[in-house]
Amino acid sequence: MNNRFIRLFFLLVLGTFLHANAQSYQNAQHHQCLKCHSNQTYSFFNSVKGKDEKRMMNPYFILDTVALSAAVHKPFDCTDCHSSEYGTYPHQSNLKLEPLSTCLDCHGGDASFASYHFERIDEEFRKSIHFQVSGENFNCSKCHSQHTYFATARTSNNVLDIVDYSNKMCLSCHNDMKKYKMVSGHENPKLVQVHDWLPNQELHFKNVRCIECHTEVLDSLKVSHNILPKSKALRKCVECHSADSRLKASLYKYQNLQKRSEDGSITMVLANESYVIGSHQIPHLKIASILIFFLTLIGIIIHSSFRIFKKK
Amino acid sequence: MTANQKIYFYPVWLRIWHGLNAIGILTLIFSGISMQSSIESANLLSFKSVINLHNIAGILVTLSYFLYFTGNLVTPNGKFYIIKPKGFLKRPIQQAIYYAWGMFHGMKAPYPISEKRKFNPLQKYAYVLVMYMAVPVVIITGFALLFPEIIIDQVYAFSGVFVTAVFHSTMGFFISIFLMVHLYIASIGKSPLENFKSIFNGWHEVH
Repeated sequence: MNNRFIRLFFLLVLGTFLHANAQSYQNAQHHQCLKCHSNQTYSFFNSVKGKDEKRMMNPYFILDTVALSAAVHKPFDCTDCHSSEYGTYPHQSNLKLEPLSTCLDCHGGDASFASYHFERIDEEFRKSIHFQVSGENFNCSKCHSQHTYFATARTSNNVLDIVDYSNKMCLSCHNDMKKYKMVSGHENPKLVQVHDWLPNQELHFKNVRCIECHTEVLDSLKVSHNILPKSKALRKCVECHSADSRLKASLYKYQNLQKRSEDGSITMVLANESYVIGSHQIPHLKIASILIFFLTLIGIIIHSSFRIFKKK
Repeated sequence: MTANQKIYFYPVWLRIWHGLNAIGILTLIFSGISMQSSIESANLLSFKSVINLHNIAGILVTLSYFLYFTGNLVTPNGKFYIIKPKGFLKRPIQQAIYYAWGMFHGMKAPYPISEKRKFNPLQKYAYVLVMYMAVPVVIITGFALLFPEIIIDQVYAFSGVFVTAVFHSTMGFFISIFLMVHLYIASIGKSPLENFKSIFNGWHEVH
């Protein structure tokens, strides 16, 4: 009895602690780190000048507290990944030079994350153009912000949301001159011009993810991380616009799985086929059209045989 | 034996429309089947060229449809397409019976062609359905697919583009079936090639 009470008490304390942590991101002004890192400015005592000073915060160090408190890593505190020495303020300047924890430090080799295949993702990523060009400098966080990441593809019911979230990852660099140049060292190509061969460019950008054409699709991974060089990107319309569309193996893999598990509605599965041109993708219409065609042909053959026979 | 009467049924504008329409529709059917089946007929034309061909033929058929529509408004040819309520079902049925049975058993054509009657009832119904329903639907949906930004995003659970594409190809299919029957029925005459000659020279011979 006593033992159960202690366990219950422990769980209550742990729950309160976790709750307090999640809350603390929401109340940025009460969070030790966020009270500066959610603001445009910060103040500190300049010991050289011997007076208080106010400075502008580096915009890349200002965190989106709304996204932070909704993200997958919200149960963790800043110093779980950043050095605990950041707890002292002003921060020591050499802390910046220390390596940060990597994603695989937590996610690698852990049975609870096995289904996400983080090691396989790492293998695939190492084949990608990002790694080939930038090497170790290109890490997971270049695309997946640890602060704001949430698993849209696995949780959203709306394909357009999945597409939007995924494409914003790519566009955050590929459509941003400063960030692109910081990583690559040269100016970013203009996406609209590069894709001028693509019909209905705007609709494609809205309805499919960049990675649909720019990665090698694998059945064994939910999202292939082998981002291909431009020369190997997909350019054939029929790869998607066909009954055996590659979208079924990539983007619609999520949508179908979810819709089927939620309501098993056939109309939803049918609605997902909208990337395929024409009525032949509806099996009943296909059968009906083949039947009508052959019945007409047979009718003509029979009628013309009678005409030949009767010399009409 | 009475001398054969010749009626000038097909004026120049109508023959120009019919010619353009025939070339356009045939191109649309072949390029449409190729696109729908997603066959990359690399030996003939690439997928992208097939799309361009389909778009160009679609615009040609639209332009020629305006010629047809205007021609039927301003010339007497339009009156041949008017369906009267009298014998709405009886007349086409009689014609169908003639095609299926009567013509092989010495029956005379129930609605012979004359200056007042260019089309038999069945022919008239088919032409009205194709030219005033199927072709306009195909043109409207075709232009919508050419500018997919204008299509409504969602029609109930379906994507607007998907519904439009299904309408487009279903109507296209019916036009293809019409064409098969149209070509076959055109071969029914004094000689199988007689009607084909008429659409070239404009004169229809009444026997």
